Amino acid sequence: MSEAVKVPTMAEYMAEGKMPEVLFWVGCAGSFDDRAKKITKAFVKLLHSSKVDFAVLGTEESCTGDPAKRSGNEFLFQMQAVTNIEVMNAYEIKKVVTACPHCFNTLKNEYPSLGGNYEVMHHTQFLKSLLDDGRLTVEGGKFKGKRITFHDPCYLGRANNVYEAPRELLQKLEVELTEMKRSRRNGLCCGAGGAQMFKEPEPGNKDVNIERTEDALETKPDIIAAGCPFCNTMMTDGVKNKEKEDSIEVLDVAELIANAQDL
Amino acid sequence: MQYIPNIIFVIILIAGIGYFTKNVRKLIRNIKLGKDVDRTDNKKERFNNMARIALGQSKMVRRPIAGILHIIVYLGFIIINIEVLEIIIDGILGTHRIFAFLGGLYDFLIGSFEVLALLVLVSVFIFWIRRNVINIRRFKTLKGWPKNDGNIILYFEVVLMTLFLTMNAADLQLQNIGADHYAKAGAYPISQFISPLFNGMSEGSLVLLERGAWWLHIIGILIFLNYLYFSKHLHILLAFPNTYYGDLNPKGQMDNLKAVTDEVMLMMDPNADPFAAPAGDEPEAEPEKFGASDVTDLNWVQLLNSYTCTECGRCTSECPANQTGKKLSPRKIMMDTRDRLQEVGDNIDKNGSFVDDGKQLLNDYITTEELWACTSCNACVEACPVSISPLSIILDMRRYLVMEQSAAPMDLNNMMSNIENNGAPWPFNQMDRLNWSQE
Ligand code: SF4
Ligand code: SF4
Repeated sequence: MSEAVKVPTMAEYMAEGKMPEVLFWVGCAGSFDDRAKKITKAFVKLLHSSKVDFAVLGTEESCTGDPAKRSGNEFLFQMQAVTNIEVMNAYEIKKVVTACPHCFNTLKNEYPSLGGNYEVMHHTQFLKSLLDDGRLTVEGGKFKGKRITFHDPCYLGRANNVYEAPRELLQKLEVELTEMKRSRRNGLCCGAGGAQMFKEPEPGNKDVNIERTEDALETKPDIIAAGCPFCNTMMTDGVKNKEKEDSIEVLDVAELIANAQDL
Repeated sequence: MQYIPNIIFVIILIAGIGYFTKNVRKLIRNIKLGKDVDRTDNKKERFNNMARIALGQSKMVRRPIAGILHIIVYLGFIIINIEVLEIIIDGILGTHRIFAFLGGLYDFLIGSFEVLALLVLVSVFIFWIRRNVINIRRFKTLKGWPKNDGNIILYFEVVLMTLFLTMNAADLQLQNIGADHYAKAGAYPISQFISPLFNGMSEGSLVLLERGAWWLHIIGILIFLNYLYFSKHLHILLAFPNTYYGDLNPKGQMDNLKAVTDEVMLMMDPNADPFAAPAGDEPEAEPEKFGASDVTDLNWVQLLNSYTCTECGRCTSECPANQTGKKLSPRKIMMDTRDRLQEVGDNIDKNGSFVDDGKQLLNDYITTEELWACTSCNACVEACPVSISPLSIILDMRRYLVMEQSAAPMDLNNMMSNIENNGAPWPFNQMDRLNWSQE
């Protein structure tokens, strides 16, 4: 996927005196991480194909502060939050969608008491609502009949009790959805949360992502589905570590839907 | 002379309850050493949580074997305590089975107590096997006092239940031979099988046996009551307030520190004068300490959590860090917090007020290696049967490390300075944030 996509910014909308239906919060991984950028593009294609009127903040977006907060740097977190809230409130943002469960959790739960009140959705919830409204069609296409297992991101699942939206979308792909032995509220972390993504793990006898990849491999999947750019990286590394990258793909739910339709 | 047993009984009862009350007071004082946090909202939801999680044991059955056995012991514990009420009244008044006038209902009650007592014995036996024979990691990793504590309470249950059944069996035998004072009362579905063992015993020895079992039973219960304070079995009482005061927010939501908000708002406010003297003529308050390095920096709900912890280890067995061999164990976080709180409490008892003992929760109990291993995944919070959040303590201690000591691991410091300078955890320029759309 190396073609440019059209992505309107809030500043452009503002200049035209218009308001988009929803703000797409891209997040740091979605903006800068090579793997996650593909997820961002897939999601943008789905937004376009569903004729969703959306915009991004672009260069006005800044880290939500999640990794700082979970490292214990409340100060830096709140500085980030207040700055972002100022930008979003100036644009009178009402509704936000993001493909990152960490941004989702922070925007939804931790911004309100600092003055940022928005309706915040994870992209799987948003896609599900497009599907329910008949704006998005999801069909099997090239994934029909494939064995897929979904890894629950902690910050989507346990943290916010969203378990069904990603699964309902996957089911529409007419795939064979299998569950790992630990899933939904018992799902095991991929190892990236709490700012672990940005540091070496503490001494132990195994890496968490390997343990979780083993859970996934037990289900003999063709594809491991993820709903978080960090889980995606962790699981991809795990699959490589097990030398299974030729037979098992790790794909975001948005990528699965977009690729199925060859968007 | 005939009132001597009644008087002795009342004295023992008052002593037992008095000592218990004294310890409960200490407990409440220690919990109040924590910082204030408002949990007075949503009374209805809180009440429902308490009814569902503590009374209804809803989270226990997620592990069905342990869960169902626990419910039996718990029901046995509660219901047999109704019998204790009768024991106390009989003890004070010198009566025999004062509730016998309930007739059929009484037979039913005593009958069910007996059945429960037997079920408790069976469950306790299985619990003992699980703790000591079968290789269950969350129990095997307990050493020293916590391990003994778990077993002591099981032995206690065995002794109490056996005494209860022996007392009933001797009573039944006395009723059958038509002894004075032992009027026919109650149904004895279990102890009727024990009483034949006492065939041929004289009335005198039977009375001795019945009275002996009766006295030991009630004394045992008073000892049990006073043992709670020193044991993980405080959860029998504290599970109720703990589930009531639990966090109602989504698990992913971490509190926003108010003191930080005030400072940030001041910094961001273009009209604020950074050199302005504090309003009014109050003396400048000591700057608030960010995060927690000792138990008194935690809030009272976190301290209540530590006393409520059942040391069951469900949290640790679900913890990704622990499963992959890291030093972190959320159960240990809770046990350390309680141990340190107890130490601080004893210090206050001894000295009148807290005298610096050169120790704190951080480093002396909980190491930074443990704290930095947490992924904040909330598996521990989800697993806990009594609504404890080990994660909230971990995060408060990280806050202290980072904001008071600047002692984060180097990688995290780099990540944070990236956020500060470029608005992303990696060294990319914020101006490049939309480049992906053109690639
Ligand atoms: S939140 Fe931290 S302590 Fe709790 S289970 Fe996850 S990694 Fe372990
Ligand atoms: S914190 Fe909860 S789950 Fe962990 S040991 Fe204590 S009671 Fe058990």
